[in-house]
Amino acid sequence: MQESAIVQPVRTIQTRIDAVNGDIITVKANAGVAVGDMANVGGAKAIVVKLDRGEAFLQMLDGARGVFTENEITFSGRSQRVACSEAVLGRVFNGMGEPIDNGPAVTENEQSIITPSINPASRKVPDNMVRTGIPMIDVFNSLVESQKIPIFTTSQEPYNKLMVRIALNTDADVVILGGIGMRFEDYDFYKTSLEEGGVFSKCAFYMHQAQDSPLIALQVPDACLTVSEYFARQGKRVLVILDDMTKFADAMKEVANAMDRIPANRSYPGDLYTQLAKRYEKAVAFTDGGSVTIMGVTTMPSNDVTHPVPDNTGYITEGQFYLNRSVIQLAGSLSRLKQQVNKKTRSDHAPIADYCAGLYADCAEVRELKSMGFKIEEFQEKLLTFGEKFEARIMDLSVAMPLENALDEIWKILAETFTREEVTLKGQLVDKYWPAV
Amino acid sequence: MTKKMTTGTVVTIDGSLVQVEVSDSASIAKGEIAYIVHGDERIQSEIIKIRGQIAFMQVFEETDGLSLGETVEFTGKQLTLELGPGLLGSVIDGLGNPLNLLFEQYGYQLLRGKTARTIDGAKKWPFKATAKAGEKVAAGDTVGVAREGIIDHKIMVPYTLAGEYKIANIVGNGDYNLDDDIATLEDVKSGRKEIIRLSFLQPVKVPVKIGRQVMPKESMVTKMRIIDTLFPVAKGSSFCIPGPFGAGKTVTQQAMAKFSSVDVVVVAACGERAGEVVETIKEFPELQDPKTGRSLMERTVIICNTSSMPVAARESSVYTAVAVGEHYRQMGLDVLLLADSTSRWAQALRELSGRLEEIPGEEAFPAYLDTRLAGFYGRAGALKLKDGNMGTLTIGGTVSPAGGSFDEPVTQGTLSVVPTFLGLSRARGDARRFPAIDPLDSYSKVNVTVHPAQTIQKLLATLRRSAEIKEMIAVTGLDAVSMDDYVIYLQGEFADRVYLQQNAFDDVDAACPVERQKEALDVVLHYLDKKDYGFEDKKAANSFFRRLMGEFVTWNSQAFNSAEYKTTKAKFLAA
Repeated sequence: MQESAIVQPVRTIQTRIDAVNGDIITVKANAGVAVGDMANVGGAKAIVVKLDRGEAFLQMLDGARGVFTENEITFSGRSQRVACSEAVLGRVFNGMGEPIDNGPAVTENEQSIITPSINPASRKVPDNMVRTGIPMIDVFNSLVESQKIPIFTTSQEPYNKLMVRIALNTDADVVILGGIGMRFEDYDFYKTSLEEGGVFSKCAFYMHQAQDSPLIALQVPDACLTVSEYFARQGKRVLVILDDMTKFADAMKEVANAMDRIPANRSYPGDLYTQLAKRYEKAVAFTDGGSVTIMGVTTMPSNDVTHPVPDNTGYITEGQFYLNRSVIQLAGSLSRLKQQVNKKTRSDHAPIADYCAGLYADCAEVRELKSMGFKIEEFQEKLLTFGEKFEARIMDLSVAMPLENALDEIWKILAETFTREEVTLKGQLVDKYWPAV
Repeated sequence: MTKKMTTGTVVTIDGSLVQVEVSDSASIAKGEIAYIVHGDERIQSEIIKIRGQIAFMQVFEETDGLSLGETVEFTGKQLTLELGPGLLGSVIDGLGNPLNLLFEQYGYQLLRGKTARTIDGAKKWPFKATAKAGEKVAAGDTVGVAREGIIDHKIMVPYTLAGEYKIANIVGNGDYNLDDDIATLEDVKSGRKEIIRLSFLQPVKVPVKIGRQVMPKESMVTKMRIIDTLFPVAKGSSFCIPGPFGAGKTVTQQAMAKFSSVDVVVVAACGERAGEVVETIKEFPELQDPKTGRSLMERTVIICNTSSMPVAARESSVYTAVAVGEHYRQMGLDVLLLADSTSRWAQALRELSGRLEEIPGEEAFPAYLDTRLAGFYGRAGALKLKDGNMGTLTIGGTVSPAGGSFDEPVTQGTLSVVPTFLGLSRARGDARRFPAIDPLDSYSKVNVTVHPAQTIQKLLATLRRSAEIKEMIAVTGLDAVSMDDYVIYLQGEFADRVYLQQNAFDDVDAACPVERQKEALDVVLHYLDKKDYGFEDKKAANSFFRRLMGEFVTWNSQAFNSAEYKTTKAKFLAA
């Protein structure tokens, strides 16, 4: 941990607040107050964000409304912390690590949520697949341990359902859920589904609700990733779900503007890329075991992939799943790490995935031609049939089956639709897997 | 000039920008390195602006936990890097700390204030003196060589030593480590003595071009057909690869790092994914350099400042990389520097500029962005060295434009200074046409191509016309274009598919040597020039070219000059 080498004592001062600007208050700072320290301002929590010539700038985590200018401020001498222990599993906390499930507070092994970055020399080239039971992921864009990958989608899409499906089916040892700007209904859906699915005991939930302060939103990914790193160092395979990282970026924008930072693109701060990367780069596979895999949700305003948040995210993450019209689309989805694992599954996995993606793209073209009134040939008709079957039996979000069954199902669809000669896959593969109809 | 150590105290902390007050008698300089003393941590930072008694410092590490009033020690020195044998094969961060050593000593995290020496000081190198006592030398002159793996590492008079020197004494041949004295120099005018060792410290932001800069004349062969044929890169020149995410910037750069015809490759992973660097670190030692037969890592230096590492160090990392490149250029070698990505570096500038409250330019980038870009790419060049040998440093940078649009400050600033533009297009990436370098938008202004100009013209003309016809078909339908036009369209698609596209994951096709490119071009031209196709209808034309493409792609992955390769070629030309 990037812990202060000098232990700062707790100190309380009776002071006058010189300025209140947005949710930031300014007070006279005595020596020993450090950047990143937590403070208590008349019972409300605050973080020291900037020190300037004897003045400290504090962000009030619950807003500055109602904070009196004559006040008692206690500087804790330490940064925001989160408990790192097995005791967090099966529990729900707010962004500050305080329980919101009526259970007891967890204070074991508290660690600063400001953690140094990981030395690339301690990383290994990832080679383990994380199974999700969703054919559109397992077959076409396999998720790989240590991968960081977002779901690019829009607010009306059923991305929570997809995330819950993944959390229910994954073989990861620990699942850490981070809710950022989450509606109560979505939070309740996550929690209820995971409890009913019997997996909540391996989950910890850190939740920032839409109505909470944006400052707390900024803490959630750090809290989640600090806990995840702890479990990964114990040799555990950890899956982190961050929903929704666009709201994290929006919170950053709000806070940066309040701090008078010069905005860059579409009024997001200039360090948007760095701040997102700092979080996503916590995805890791350690040479000595243990891993953190991160799946984020990135809702795209107006489904625009060039919006600064998806744009910067795309440059950081190792691919993306594009969830649109309630299915994971083939076009626009990409797992940059799938090559690392697809050769270790079944010999037909990579070839048939590529082949199907090609057929489906051809099918899309034929659909367009047909809609424009062009005449459709016999083979093109077959492509249309293939597309329909593929959508119903593989793409549909409710389809859940292990990878091998999904591959078999695809062969079945091919055999039902095309003659054996029309399937231009490598001969040996067709011989081996062509189903007897 | 030596001076008493200046100290100051921290008065402002704002992210990675810290303001430090010094006494009014203190002398400090822009670019000077200072350390914030925080308990037992010494946190490195650099002066980027001075106003009165206030030094504005960019801190190379996180500033959490720092307080006002902490002591700062100024070093009087600029940011330097140790240059000497042992650099090849190493993986260092933007400030020159070897990452493997940090991992061994401090564990999996990059802890604040923890540093390590760039090169192993204790390792002994076989040294051979090439100069004798009594000879006169100046900065950049060679006094001997130390064998460093695949190359003779020249031991030179440090670049920053001004004036003329006489060699007072020099050691005999033998094994020496970096801290052993190799020679003593005496300033001809003042008689001041300087000790030469195998390594020395060089300020990274100071360009080194000792010798006469000349026009780049030779092609840097990349073994990527589209680059070598249509948009060649010259040794000692510069190029950029802009492209949206998913268009294959990294794969293109990795292929260049592997197959380019140079002696030394410096990879600056600047603000990008750690996973990709890890792949390079693990993969390169396993790959063989066709030129030397040794592991590819032995000619490679990796400067690794990935996206989650501190942003000020990211700003410095490209200079660290270019300082390494210049050093090997001074030895008369061909060096390729690949910076991935210059956009992340520009963003680092933007972040610091914002903290300094400078007036923002376009998209909040500082107004001096263009100057900095020009300064960086300007360090490329072909040098006629004092000993008559040539040394070149080629610089290539990827650009990650916001929203994938090239109409943004970093791409535009780069295009105004680099002669070769390899633009990756999202459309080609989506259509899986790799490398996704756009054959119609890209250009190269260097005249070093390895293929006849006539051939290139023919190829480009066909591609352009084919693209026009393709658009026509999309608008008016297939029936509206003539048979001749349709054949041109297919010829363009054919040339694109079999020649411009290349499979980076196929062992053979990944690297296409010039000799093979020539033969492939002959076949392509054969089908572009051919007139008497005599197709019955468009369907027949289509299926002819589809089949031809399939056969050609298979040919691309047949080993060069193997029996099957020759048979296939003969068959193509007979048709």
